[in-house]
Amino acid sequence: MIPELGLFSLIIALCLAIILGVLPILGAARNNAVFMGVARPLAYGQLLMIALAFAALAYAFLHNDFSVLYVAEHSNSQLPSIYRFSAIWGGHEGSLLLWTLLLAVWTAAVATFSKHLPDEMVARVLGVMGLISVGFILFMLLTSCPFDRLLPAAADGRDLNPLLQDPGLVIHPPMLYMGYVGFSVAFAFAISALLGGKLDATWARWSRPWTTVAWVFMTCGIALGSGWAYYELGWGGWWFWDPVENASFMPWLLGTALIHSLAVTEKRGAFKSWTVLLAIAAFSLSLLGTFLVRSGVLTSVHSFAADPKRGIFILSFLVLVVGASLLLFAWRAPKVGLGGKFDAISRESLLLSNNVLLSVASASVFIGTLYPLFMDALGYGKLSVGAPYFQAVFVPLMIPMVFMMGLGPLARWKKMAVPDLVQRVKWGFAAALVLALVLPLVMGKMLVLESNKWSPMIALGLLMAFWVIASLFISLRQRLSGEGSFMLRVSKQSLSYYGMQLAHLGVAVFIIGVTMVKGYETERDVRMNVGDTVMAGGYEFRFDGVTESEGPNYVAGVGHVTISQDGKVVSELNPEKRQYNVSGMPLTEAAIQPGLFRDLYVSLGEPIPESEGAWAVRVYIKPFVDWIWAGCLLMGLGGILAISDRRYRIHRKAAEQKSVAGSSDSSSVVYNTPQEQAS
Amino acid sequence: MMRFILPFLLFAILAGFLFKGLSNVNNNLEQGKDPREIASPLVDKAAPDFSLPLLHTPDKKFAPGELKGQVWLLNVWASWCGACKDEHPVLMELSKQNLLPIVGVDYKDKREDGEAVLSKVGDPYTLVIADADGKAFFNYGVYGVPESYLIDKQGIIRYKLTGAINAQNWSEKLLPLIKELQAK
Repeated sequence: MIPELGLFSLIIALCLAIILGVLPILGAARNNAVFMGVARPLAYGQLLMIALAFAALAYAFLHNDFSVLYVAEHSNSQLPSIYRFSAIWGGHEGSLLLWTLLLAVWTAAVATFSKHLPDEMVARVLGVMGLISVGFILFMLLTSCPFDRLLPAAADGRDLNPLLQDPGLVIHPPMLYMGYVGFSVAFAFAISALLGGKLDATWARWSRPWTTVAWVFMTCGIALGSGWAYYELGWGGWWFWDPVENASFMPWLLGTALIHSLAVTEKRGAFKSWTVLLAIAAFSLSLLGTFLVRSGVLTSVHSFAADPKRGIFILSFLVLVVGASLLLFAWRAPKVGLGGKFDAISRESLLLSNNVLLSVASASVFIGTLYPLFMDALGYGKLSVGAPYFQAVFVPLMIPMVFMMGLGPLARWKKMAVPDLVQRVKWGFAAALVLALVLPLVMGKMLVLESNKWSPMIALGLLMAFWVIASLFISLRQRLSGEGSFMLRVSKQSLSYYGMQLAHLGVAVFIIGVTMVKGYETERDVRMNVGDTVMAGGYEFRFDGVTESEGPNYVAGVGHVTISQDGKVVSELNPEKRQYNVSGMPLTEAAIQPGLFRDLYVSLGEPIPESEGAWAVRVYIKPFVDWIWAGCLLMGLGGILAISDRRYRIHRKAAEQKSVAGSSDSSSVVYNTPQEQAS
Repeated sequence: MMRFILPFLLFAILAGFLFKGLSNVNNNLEQGKDPREIASPLVDKAAPDFSLPLLHTPDKKFAPGELKGQVWLLNVWASWCGACKDEHPVLMELSKQNLLPIVGVDYKDKREDGEAVLSKVGDPYTLVIADADGKAFFNYGVYGVPESYLIDKQGIIRYKLTGAINAQNWSEKLLPLIKELQAK
């Protein structure tokens, strides 16, 4: 009964979404206030209905209703209840429902936090999001309904893939989907601006916080996925350039470009058509990712089982959405105009170059990911591109990108004299260069690395990171020095300034992590008898054997590894080798002792046959590896700071006062950032 | 004005490719094949010949003819391949069962990288050959790594698996087929 109610709510949600997709847009075109007015209630109604459907599926999972096919395929009565809940998005149908739910959440959020926007704009934005929602609910109902019954019911379920039975995977998909779906808001704003023909700074200002929120979610989602790969796959790697990873990375790169380009459009009125195109492209790549993961055209470890109907549907939907948006763009964008002028060296030009580099990087990932498909379709046979391609293409693009990332915040809008810019940065750059060249020679002992080792790649990586940090200091000094109270000047800087710098610091921290772990990691893969020891990075690892242990739905061999340094015991690690009862799948659970400067990482390989309890053991020292995720976290925090900026709230208040005064046009509200006041 | 239509045109070309890719997948499905097994024209044909150096001892070479009379598994992998790492424990398990020779092909890889991985994580292979530039296995239509070919006693490819071997496709597809071919 409950699953049928879920299906029923989904059908009602479809009806609401169809009305939401049609009436408000029509209303905005004909200036019909009633049609526009239904947008908000419909957005809330749609959320309620989809939430009910989601709750129905959750109920079926938590109560082990194996008469529902999807539940029988992805759950099991032995499964701990937290994983019975997260199993909702463990397969294609349920993850689609999650996607749709989050889209409804975003739609309702836009409906709530858009009181200061003109009615037409709200109507159009919600309408566009309604149309997207129609596509996804239809997709579910026609090809992949999670409520299909299995009669007679299965005695027990087939269990959730053990790889997904992990706390990281409980939150990773919702986070990532919040990001994917969040770009639909920026997309909807761009489409409404094109529809309304008003592409101005106001549109950019409205889009900015939404885009940033989506970007924050996506950053955290990708970081979580990468962290999961690090500790769950037992190989100590954190990025594999797998098609599905790439599918999330491409919109992230474009989203990053979009955030910066929106800033220029808002502040200087420039890059308008470019920004619109980026907003369309970022969401298109989110949709494309969905298609790639769910259609079976690319082979990947992560992909869902393929079904031809699904592939056709999602591709047709993709073509419809993206094709129509790009046609609209081709029709409307020529009228937009160019916006503010700027010199060859200015903050605009630096941001534009960064934008181009990020887009090219995204395109290179795109080509690498789809290359096998292109070659096959052209009849050139089947070829493959691996991590070497991505590293060869991606790293050289990022070097100038990071270099300009340091210059951008220091350059002035419109025009910047080159000697002046050089003057500002020369000492910072010199300091970064010296540190990067010298540090690898001396830091071995300090940071418990195995040895001092100098290589061009290490020096280059450190230079990039120190350069960004140096630029941050220069910028802070420039802003915070002067007469009067220091604290007052600290508090006078806008939160979005601090947010930007924090996110840039995150990039620097990330680069340090990648550089150090690539340059200095130690990996020992050894056969160990009980009592054997192995040295790695100044630590002694002693293998004390493997004992049996029983988990809720698996049996595990638990390894005991004692780690000591200079004769003192530092830690005992217990890596596991699990065998899941239902699927019989083996799973390696690495044991990690994290640290600021290094992770100690132990995972069990295979038992050595015909020995007395000997195992293949993988012992890794991963210097600074946690800095990779710390960097992502800082980027995310930077984004949160930026959206908490006073500007957005002040702007809202000002708009309210204005509308009290009888005008709903808030575009004339001008708020100067301190930078603009200073220059 | 033309430049504004450019994104649309690019997208139209891309969409064409995607439809083509999808229709390939669907053709495979209609022929009753798992779409993740990319249809290989090589199935039921003689395994293309090659002579490649061994990974560990490059002065020695291996050619498929040497295994005539046995059913054997050809597994293409690389040190840079993520999915191969998922597959590795399964291969270790298989090599312990000693069912059939497993020949590894280190594909488009540096010799030292390939050797380093195997010495680190264990070597499940009866022997490993190196196809450093990927030219020899171009004939096999290697699509992505990992990939596996099951070759029968007469040297004919009987099955091609794209993607990692796992407990499921092993017990449902590969193992029954191996038993059947070995009994012939």
